[in-house]
Amino acid sequence: MIRRSSFVFSRIVGVIACFLVAFGSALPASAAGEQPDESTYVAPLANPVLEARAKALQKELRCLVCQGQSIDESNAPLAADLRRLIRQQMVAGQSDQQIKDFLVARYGAFVLMRPPVRQDTLFLWFGPMLLVLAGLGVIGVIVVRSRQRLGPSDDLTTESP
Amino acid sequence: MTGELGQLALCLALALSVVQAFSGLFGATRGDIRVMAMGRGAALGSFVFIALAFFTLMFAYLTSDFSVMAVAENSHTAKPLIYKITGVWGNHEGSMVLWMLILGIYSAAIAVSQPGGSDANARLGSRALGVQALIAIAFLVFILLTSDPFLRLYPQPFEGNGLNPLLQDPGLAFHPPLLYLGYVGLSASFSFAAAALLDSRNDAAWVRRARPFALAAWTALTLGIAAGSWWAYYTLGWGGFWFWDPVENASLMPWLIATALIHSMMASERTGAFKSWTLLLAIAGFSFSLIGTFLVRSGVLNSVHAFANDPRRGLFILMILFVAITSPLVLFAWRAPKLPPGAAFDIVSRETGILLNNLLLTAAAATILIGTLYPLVLDAAEGIKISVGPPYFTATVIPMMALLAIAMPFGPIFLWRRSQLKPAVWTLRFAIAAGLLALSIALAVARPVSALGVLAMGLGIWLIAGSVTDIARRAGGWRRVRFLPATAFTAALAHAGLGVVALGVAGTGIWKIESDQVIAPHQTMQIGGYTLRLENTERVQGPNYFADRAEFTVFARGQQIAVLHPEKRTYPVEQTATSESSIRTTGLSDLYVVLGDAQDGGGWVVRAYYNPMAPFIWLGGVIMALAGFTALGARLAAALRARWQAPNLVSEPAE
Repeated sequence: MIRRSSFVFSRIVGVIACFLVAFGSALPASAAGEQPDESTYVAPLANPVLEARAKALQKELRCLVCQGQSIDESNAPLAADLRRLIRQQMVAGQSDQQIKDFLVARYGAFVLMRPPVRQDTLFLWFGPMLLVLAGLGVIGVIVVRSRQRLGPSDDLTTESP
Repeated sequence: MTGELGQLALCLALALSVVQAFSGLFGATRGDIRVMAMGRGAALGSFVFIALAFFTLMFAYLTSDFSVMAVAENSHTAKPLIYKITGVWGNHEGSMVLWMLILGIYSAAIAVSQPGGSDANARLGSRALGVQALIAIAFLVFILLTSDPFLRLYPQPFEGNGLNPLLQDPGLAFHPPLLYLGYVGLSASFSFAAAALLDSRNDAAWVRRARPFALAAWTALTLGIAAGSWWAYYTLGWGGFWFWDPVENASLMPWLIATALIHSMMASERTGAFKSWTLLLAIAGFSFSLIGTFLVRSGVLNSVHAFANDPRRGLFILMILFVAITSPLVLFAWRAPKLPPGAAFDIVSRETGILLNNLLLTAAAATILIGTLYPLVLDAAEGIKISVGPPYFTATVIPMMALLAIAMPFGPIFLWRRSQLKPAVWTLRFAIAAGLLALSIALAVARPVSALGVLAMGLGIWLIAGSVTDIARRAGGWRRVRFLPATAFTAALAHAGLGVVALGVAGTGIWKIESDQVIAPHQTMQIGGYTLRLENTERVQGPNYFADRAEFTVFARGQQIAVLHPEKRTYPVEQTATSESSIRTTGLSDLYVVLGDAQDGGGWVVRAYYNPMAPFIWLGGVIMALAGFTALGARLAAALRARWQAPNLVSEPAE
């Protein structure tokens, strides 16, 4: 599934990929009347504060198997492993940033749903703001010029449909 | 036989499009009534042949004619009837035929609403038909060369491959046709803008002709996006409604531009302001549709929407995209300096408000484009892989939308040309108070505080209260509201609709509860004041799938209030599994249950969500579309009335 040139994956293909992964193992087992042995279910932490932190953090991390999805949503075994890993590290007292750094060291910045602010992402992060500011400047010029053209005799229009 | 008939119909449609292009463009240049009439006839004929091709393809699906490759690859005899019909556009080839059919509908509508004679208005419409024909030619050649839907398969297989189960949903009947009515509808504004540039006249005539089509496209796009969001909500099983998926983004960009366009057109038609800018937006709107088409179909993005990944197709669409964007822009650069400045207006005026609206909407569209393309460009140029996910879009696009929402209620209050801020603030005093009150209450109640949710709550109430104020002000008192003309409600409805969407975002943002647990039959789980009891699970057989179907009883305050049946389906033909969520809605909130995997020891993973105010998201979309229908209906009624009263005069719809 992972192609080098196109990594902006849709989440829906991710779903299919993940279901295919799940399907491969689950179907023969259930067809034979057995239960699948591998579970992607990760039990929540007893501490509700840590659990909320873990939930928030796993929404910020991309699943590397189902790339359209965060590891919060993904059904892939890898995502379940990462959900477990986050909880273990949190219980061990690691901060969100430390866990992120650990995962970036392991998988690269691609794992972060929120791209880091770096030299090569400056335009990505600040381009939109520049666009709005430049646009406001242009609007200012247009409006001031237009006001100069507006004669003093132009009264307030009374109707406004 | 049917395959050849469809192919022949497509070829004839192409031939007629060539006639339409020549007679539309040259007939207008020569001012020849008969040549221009031929262009109109060719447009209608081309539409008829595309419709013939479309229904021929549908016939092949209905009869499971697997000698047609597209049918063999995307259909199956066991597939329910509705998915044989909707399956026509559930793949690349068929959806291109639907795309063409809708282009044909718009061209035919332009031809039918075209005044006769050889005056300036007739020439404008004739040129617009010519440009529509150029678009049709490009895409018909694309279909015939790279994506022939009628390609034969020999030997004919006994059975087809079936349709992707995620698409085997009633949503497929509404979502793509509505979306295409929107995307392709923007071609009409594009064509009229190009015609106006070719015409070297600079009055608002083209806006008057193009505006109904822009409104129709916007309305359809609004409904299409809302339908897609709803579909994703109940199908994908995470209780979310918008994922900033690249393909969702590809539909949001044209919507943002179309929204800017219908506002800018209003100013151009009404006062003659920003004529050049409206031309640019009309070109940009359809360009963004084409960019979306390219992103979805080239294989640059990979998704269920992204059909087959044939690089030839991507290259072809890229060429169409390049020509369609650059040629009108070159024309624009040539003509624009000669255009006289638009009508003047003061700093505080409705025009300034519309400028601000246009700036924020186009900046949001540009931001989404940057976010979608940036990782592709960075990977291609530097080989560096980054992800641009939902947190990026929330951080960049949402603030722009928030600024827009703050300004929105002032727009309809301001007068054209010259207005005053203080009286407008005074008029809106109750709305401002209501918005601030909602913001404070949300801030006080929300634990943990969701910044997005609290902001959306305040803005949603502000937008709705602002719309109510606007209606009251226009009527001059509540008793007189029923005397208002229908058009007086359009702005209020559209803005209030967005407010209702914001409330939905706020409710789910602040109070959403999710829980996943492993429970065995007869065990219960608690969520959002409800108790869910898993009664049993059973194996059920569908027409083309089998499923584990769970039965949950829902209790609230000790009373049984509902029974839910989420399913986990397996489609043997397609070798795919899907989850069918089961939702209990009160109209104010949703209880959403998904069945997960079976566990050792007889338990099941159950994911449940309590989504307060989630239905508001789609209700808001429908209210916005209602505004579009109101505006369109009023125009149509005015046009018919004008034609009825003066059968031989050109109809000039009233504002």
